Amino acid sequence: MSEITINIDGKTIHTQEGEYLLSAARANGVFIPAICYLTRCSPTLACRICLVEADGKQVYACNAKAKDGMNITTTTDAIKQERRAIMEVYDVNHPLQCGVCDQSGECELQNYTLEMGVDAQSYSVKDVARPSKDWGHIHYDAGLCIVCERCVTVCKDMIGDNSLKTVARGGDALAAEYKESMPKDAYSMWNKLNKSIIGLTNGTDVLDCTSCGECAAVCPVGALTDTHFIYKSNAWELKQIPATCGHCSAGCQISYDVKHESIANPEDKIYRVMNEWNYVSLCGAGRYGFDYQNANVTKDEAAFNKAVEAFKKADTIKFTSTITNEEALILEKLKEKFGYKLVNNEALAFQTFLKNYSEISGTTLYSGTLQEVAQSNFIVSVGTAMKSDNPNARYALNNSLTVNKGAALYFHPLSDPIIDGLGKSIVSIKHKPLQEETILYLLLDLFADKEKLPAKIAAYLASFHSTKTITIEETIKETIVEVVKSMKMNEETGIEEEVEEKVSKIVPKKISKEVEVDDNRLFELVGASKDFSDTLEKLLAKKETFSLVVGADLYAHPHAKNLARLVALIEKYSAFQLVMIPSLTNSLGVALINELSSEIGKYSIGYNTKGDFTLSALGDGDLDMPSMNQQEGTLTSINKRVNPTNAALSYGGYELNDIANALGLSAENTISYTPCLPLSKGFKSEKFDLLPNHYTNAGEEVRGYKLKNVAVSHAENESVEKIDTVLSLGESLIYLVNPVRQFSEFTNKSTNLDEVSGVYMSAEYLAKSEFNEGESVRIKSDKGEIVAKIVSDNKIGGSILCLPTFDSKLNSEALFGGYRFNSASIERV
Amino acid sequence: MNHEQFNNRNVSETYYLVDIEDYPTDGWGKFKRVVKRTFRGELFVGLWVVLREMIKFDIHTVQYPQEKMPIGPRYRAVHEMKRLWESGTERCIGCGLCEKICISDCIRMDTRVDENSRKEVTEYSINLGRCIFCGYCAEVCPELAITHGGRYENASEQREHFVMFEDMLTPIDALKAGKQLEFEGFGAITPHEDERVKKTPLSY
Repeated sequence: MSEITINIDGKTIHTQEGEYLLSAARANGVFIPAICYLTRCSPTLACRICLVEADGKQVYACNAKAKDGMNITTTTDAIKQERRAIMEVYDVNHPLQCGVCDQSGECELQNYTLEMGVDAQSYSVKDVARPSKDWGHIHYDAGLCIVCERCVTVCKDMIGDNSLKTVARGGDALAAEYKESMPKDAYSMWNKLNKSIIGLTNGTDVLDCTSCGECAAVCPVGALTDTHFIYKSNAWELKQIPATCGHCSAGCQISYDVKHESIANPEDKIYRVMNEWNYVSLCGAGRYGFDYQNANVTKDEAAFNKAVEAFKKADTIKFTSTITNEEALILEKLKEKFGYKLVNNEALAFQTFLKNYSEISGTTLYSGTLQEVAQSNFIVSVGTAMKSDNPNARYALNNSLTVNKGAALYFHPLSDPIIDGLGKSIVSIKHKPLQEETILYLLLDLFADKEKLPAKIAAYLASFHSTKTITIEETIKETIVEVVKSMKMNEETGIEEEVEEKVSKIVPKKISKEVEVDDNRLFELVGASKDFSDTLEKLLAKKETFSLVVGADLYAHPHAKNLARLVALIEKYSAFQLVMIPSLTNSLGVALINELSSEIGKYSIGYNTKGDFTLSALGDGDLDMPSMNQQEGTLTSINKRVNPTNAALSYGGYELNDIANALGLSAENTISYTPCLPLSKGFKSEKFDLLPNHYTNAGEEVRGYKLKNVAVSHAENESVEKIDTVLSLGESLIYLVNPVRQFSEFTNKSTNLDEVSGVYMSAEYLAKSEFNEGESVRIKSDKGEIVAKIVSDNKIGGSILCLPTFDSKLNSEALFGGYRFNSASIERV
Repeated sequence: MNHEQFNNRNVSETYYLVDIEDYPTDGWGKFKRVVKRTFRGELFVGLWVVLREMIKFDIHTVQYPQEKMPIGPRYRAVHEMKRLWESGTERCIGCGLCEKICISDCIRMDTRVDENSRKEVTEYSINLGRCIFCGYCAEVCPELAITHGGRYENASEQREHFVMFEDMLTPIDALKAGKQLEFEGFGAITPHEDERVKKTPLSY
């Protein structure tokens, strides 16, 4: 890629070679109309309205690539005619129900109809019955649909569910005279549009996907809408509060759209969550899990005084990572002042992992971000149930596969139909739990520069290799000469006579051959199939940029330290960019800000978790706290960015800052602590009010600030432990993972997220077992036991029982000793 | 530019300036005026007019509130909600444009999706304490559903008394009796509308 100069409408623009004209124009403030194109996705070419003239030739700006010195005119008379005809076509048979349409003016059909000056219609075709469909959380009004296929594109290229497709519409063909009389592009676009409508790929009437709602968000008209939002409010009445999603570590930019609840209740209510879908895609939790606020809280002075007393008495503060950086800093300051033990096991595991990692890497943080993952073309994922742990990591992975011609390896014991469904260029390898070390060694073996790798490790890796002789069948081409007798007319005599002719033929022949090949025992150890090396070779063809995504399975692994060092070695000695998925919303922030401890003292205060005195934003504690949508502050995301979030809803009670002030700290607001975040860890001394939160037209993320990846002293010693071959778990496995769309008690509280709590079994596992759905079972491991109902989940496969953490009534963690897998016995109650 | 047309302040030929004698400036002049007015008997002129009209029995006084003057069809008093002539259902589709355009922010509505998956207005209120009767809501209404009516008597204990949807809606029996009046003010369909509109071709 090199920088080039193009000229659009007389404006000189610097862009990258191979950049789409549309993106280059948008990034530089030149307007080219486009309906079907989505930034980050592959061009759909459905609307054809982005026609421009490049060097005298009409091209589509969304899929024409920039070349040096190109001259582009965005409007000519011919293009104007085309565009007007296209908009007229879109308006054919479009219902005139703008007054009740949920798009309520945020409508690209309206906008472009006015932009192109369509004041009268010249085309017509007989309409067909297009009934509206209720697809669960999404409502499809086919009558309003303009078949721009944006929903199909985003579902395929970003989300990876491939749940939508175009299906036949039926009905009349276009009148023949239009082919001659209409502008060419408008006709062909109409011809395609008139034959199709959006349908479901699974052939049923129910949308069975990971329910992210991105299709409804990108819909330019009111055809696809969120069922919960139908006829609730007009867009213009809603006030948009820019925020950062507080459910997982991706830290997506969202806006809470608020309005008064009703005529009777003037309090604000969140009606929906919107996103800048050109630059960020949300998951179902982010989009639908917005009403988890701690409502109707007043200042309860008695409870507050008790809380202050409790803080004076306590020696431990337990908290979760659903907390802002500022609150984490308040806790840290209180710890410094009163010597509390700060307990957060999940963040402690991540913190320790990061620390061990930096001993070799020499930096506090990993090198990559999810944007870089999306842009790389070979991705390896280890130790994370990606679709549940961080949906955006899955989107990045899928985006690389579909748009960047990428390939991926997905190492996980739990088989995942969603990941497998991403395409043929992703290979999932189902390994045994606790084998993560072997996988990392395999990655070192496959990708690390052996020359530079410490000799001891190189030698250890070499010990897995042996040569073996195998017999392969090869097809070779052999030339055979045959003598063929045939009857031929003798031209001289006119008599037919027999002639012999020599004909040479090439025939394929199979031969067996013995060859010596390299046998890598690591393949077998990780549970890869026999032809894995061939598969890998195919996957690796033409790959240049590599990303490694690691997740929470590694942080709490019994050999976490060794894994952290191995991960650092992979990053150091191979081309891999590394991304670690923080286990919860702000685990990274907490890991950087707090000094954590693992032991609980005599009297503990729990913040959003059970303690002897509980502060809770869930409304079930001894003192109420504001939830994430009721407070301002910053959150540290997986992309190493400190993102600001604002309060969407009012909160009438006390905050952590009030308690801290009562205990002798002094700050006006919680956000007064924003500039005080530790500079030594890469934070900046910036005031909260100055932190931006938006994207530019070029897709640049202008949100908060990027953490500085601080260099730390690293040890010369790069030794790592060998694979622990003894370590293993029993047959019947359990895994600590949430279903898609659920992360914590907060998502559980949201009314639109209706996942049933219980223990999850894949359909295949359930059919094989003696249990039925809905039955109560007792699950017993070496750490404890719980009783829960069985729920069938078609988003998982294989025979591992999945236990969620989002429901605090189901104390799943009690069954695990840190590591996310364990073996357990299951029996009917 | 010729300013002559601005200088002639005679609006029309039928207008004339009233001949008023100059006001007295000194004390003696003022005293003379008082004496003159006092003994001129102007009081009896007024009394005579009243007596004359009483005897003639040609009384022009409107006996409000027993009697009321008719008001113009474009008068903007308390709002009315109209029904469709054919079906009798409410015209309001809950689009919210009146709520949006209202400059005194006195209209609010709650909507929901009803059993027939149509948009239903569950609550609609106008705060008459804030309404300035500007008529924008009637003008913007795409369905001619909200209009101004002629009810100008709004005596109440509180200025803030709301009018609810049900109070404004044409009673169904009034509709059936053909008593629903169309509003002719801003927002109403202009005459010859059909001639101005370009027809959309149809393939039926």
